[in-house]
Amino acid sequence: MVLKSCSGLIRLSGLVRIMLLALFLGMVASPGWAEPAPAPDRPLADTVQEARARALFAEVRCIVCQHESISGSQAGLATDMRRLVREKIESGASDEAIREDLVRRWGDYILFKPPVRLNTTLLWFGPFVLILIGGLLLVLQLRKKRPVTLPLSQEEQARIEDLLAEAELRPDPDAKPRNH
Amino acid sequence: MIVEVGAFALLLAFVLAVVQAGVSGMGRTLSSPVLAGAGQGAAIGSALAVLVAFAALIYAFMISDFSVSNVAANSHTDKPMYYKVAAAWGSHEGSLVLWCLVMTGFGAILAMARESGSVKGAGQGLPFGLKASAVGTQGVLSALFLAFTVFTSNPFNRLNPAPFEGASLNPLLQDPALAVHPPLLYAGYVGFSVTFSLAVAALIEGRSLAGLGQGFWPAWGRWVRPWALASWVFLTLGITLGSFWAYYELGWGGWWFWDPVENASFLPWLAGTALLHSAIVTERRGGLASWTVFLALLAFSLSILGAFLVRSGVLTSVHAFAVDPERGLMLLAILALVSGSAFALFAWRAQQLRGGAVFAPVSREGGLVLNNLFLTASAATVLLGTLYPLILEAINGSTISVGPPYFNLTFTPLMACALLILPAGPLLAWKRGDLRGVFQRLALAAGLAIGCGFLGWFLFEPKKALAGAGLALGAWLIFGALAEWADRIRLFRAPGGESLRRARAMPLAAWGMMFAHAGLGVFVLGAVAETAFKVESAAALSRGGSVAAAGWVARLDDVKIIEGPNYLAERGFLTVTRSDGSAPRTVTAERRFFPVGGQTTTEVGLDFRGLDDVYVVMGERRAGVEGAPAWTVRLYWNPWARLIFLGPAIMCLGGLLSLMDRRLRLGVGNRRKPRPLPVATEAG
Repeated sequence: MVLKSCSGLIRLSGLVRIMLLALFLGMVASPGWAEPAPAPDRPLADTVQEARARALFAEVRCIVCQHESISGSQAGLATDMRRLVREKIESGASDEAIREDLVRRWGDYILFKPPVRLNTTLLWFGPFVLILIGGLLLVLQLRKKRPVTLPLSQEEQARIEDLLAEAELRPDPDAKPRNH
Repeated sequence: MIVEVGAFALLLAFVLAVVQAGVSGMGRTLSSPVLAGAGQGAAIGSALAVLVAFAALIYAFMISDFSVSNVAANSHTDKPMYYKVAAAWGSHEGSLVLWCLVMTGFGAILAMARESGSVKGAGQGLPFGLKASAVGTQGVLSALFLAFTVFTSNPFNRLNPAPFEGASLNPLLQDPALAVHPPLLYAGYVGFSVTFSLAVAALIEGRSLAGLGQGFWPAWGRWVRPWALASWVFLTLGITLGSFWAYYELGWGGWWFWDPVENASFLPWLAGTALLHSAIVTERRGGLASWTVFLALLAFSLSILGAFLVRSGVLTSVHAFAVDPERGLMLLAILALVSGSAFALFAWRAQQLRGGAVFAPVSREGGLVLNNLFLTASAATVLLGTLYPLILEAINGSTISVGPPYFNLTFTPLMACALLILPAGPLLAWKRGDLRGVFQRLALAAGLAIGCGFLGWFLFEPKKALAGAGLALGAWLIFGALAEWADRIRLFRAPGGESLRRARAMPLAAWGMMFAHAGLGVFVLGAVAETAFKVESAAALSRGGSVAAAGWVARLDDVKIIEGPNYLAERGFLTVTRSDGSAPRTVTAERRFFPVGGQTTTEVGLDFRGLDDVYVVMGERRAGVEGAPAWTVRLYWNPWARLIFLGPAIMCLGGLLSLMDRRLRLGVGNRRKPRPLPVATEAG
């Protein structure tokens, strides 16, 4: 009972509701309280450069959201990083130079694509080595126990032709094996 | 009072699971049907007890009993009733009870499965020893997870004094898709516990199996496959729903982020898919028995690993909601114990599983082995990519990120190879296939697929060769599946009536395979088109302003403050039209603020345009140019996004059809005499 009336208080009190609304609008509107709203993205005029920038965005991890690349992140820092990348591209830096610069500032963590190094060898080549080893084992295994088929005797051949002539159509190989 | 009943029932379920394990084991050793029967009874009792506990927990959430700490931490009186109910499994503790419910429930179904003394006949039940061992193993698993729940994560712990109000559920989780997502996912994860138990039982019984002759492995394959198939269907549905949720709730415009938790659910799916296919060989030809057993052990081990990754918080993720390192450690211990002992048993006994019919490299078996090679290699890739940052940091403290670019370069080519050879598999004959015949029968499908690739390359802008190849691959899967079906019913080669008769006589499993493979093709088409050609743009819009992307324009008509049951929202009303102003449609997108937790969430505005989505996200309010308020509005055009979620749905339909095939029907609770089989009508 006590619980019910308490929640009712919150639900009914107009004052509280207005306060919440003010809080909500305050949060989203006032620049001082929440993170300052970043300047909107300004795509590069050159479409080729802009495409390069977008491809790079997808590789760069947003440090605020962690699981998102900066291409979609709405965090202020991501917007700044997008601007940084675009400025670099405009100033003529190569993709590789931009990546190096990002790694110098934030470490390997910043790139979603880990560098190919000694300690990431297993990561990069493991899958393909695995499939090669698996394929090799498979080939060896299959070569070892290849089924031996003896040629049919004339009698058997005749029987098969007989049966085939009777059955107009090939039976479904996946039908319930009730005739075996 | 009801809460105490729930707490008691949970403890009782744990005790019964221990009894189930002990008595079944004893019954097996002493060859006592009475003891084994008692073990089965305990399994059923344990499931009923967890059911009571789960019902009590839901009740506590429904009446908002905040003296229960789990309810206080995850619920709120303001929440709508269905989210109160869904919150019962939204938390760590509640989700564990759900996990245990599925596990003991499946254990009970296993305990009720038909039993028989011999394994000679196809339709007969499990042999005594195998069943007792499987029920006992399932009991061990249930006991471990119930102990974990009761002693470290009891959802019925009381609070004194009780708070007046709860802390509410994470608003991101207050969503219809997320209410049903965990039960489906868990049914999939935990379903693999039964295949695990059956595999362990087969290993334990290894020695006595030799006496049962060649007929054992096909029979074992037949018992394992329905469980693997059902788990796979649940898992596919669960992952698809989760992905759809991420698509429209996170508002990032994407549907798969190669996030650790997504990978954690994808790993058992890959292993389960491999299991599903290798079990076919075991069932049909008695071959690959040790490999199928290995996959059955692997699938459930990866499920526990998934639970560990999600719950422990060792990896940052979008989806990690109830994180606690200490409990994570417990789960790691369970994982080490369960899979460690199972794989040790496997290493010890695998020698006994040799044999099975031989086959040529080019054969149905050979195709399925290749499928397994690629699926397990892809699973290993995902595992490597998910755990590598963790391991590297533990070894030398260096932090790296493994994200989508890595998986695009490793997982995608491996999978593409697997998909490329897929349509040939079902057309190959068992034992020894005729590759040339297969090529002949697939020539039309290949031609059509390549044509589709060029058409896609021509129609979509910008022109991307790789995307064209991806579209061709998707079309190849669809046409390949259709070609196999047409071949099976002799479409256009036999008279129409004959084709119809063949289609009617076609086993449901064959229909299922066709749908599953074609559904995969549909998914590939959607995934490729969406990934390669999606267009996004963003702008700060005042009322009346508009933003355009790829031939679509969204105009912000109005923004209103809306009051929901437990949130306040800024709802944007937008009109989406083509660039020439035709085909207008009103779309609403929201930004919700939940005062209880102080969080904001987005509700994406989705405008379905045929197969494409026009996807609108409302951003933050900010001061506009002339003092008028403005909102950051992001507009995405996601071509063929519908297919991404339609494809897996078709795959699930295929799985269900296959599950209904009489060959795989579970002998559950069916103690009546089986219906006499119809006399064979087809001449062999």
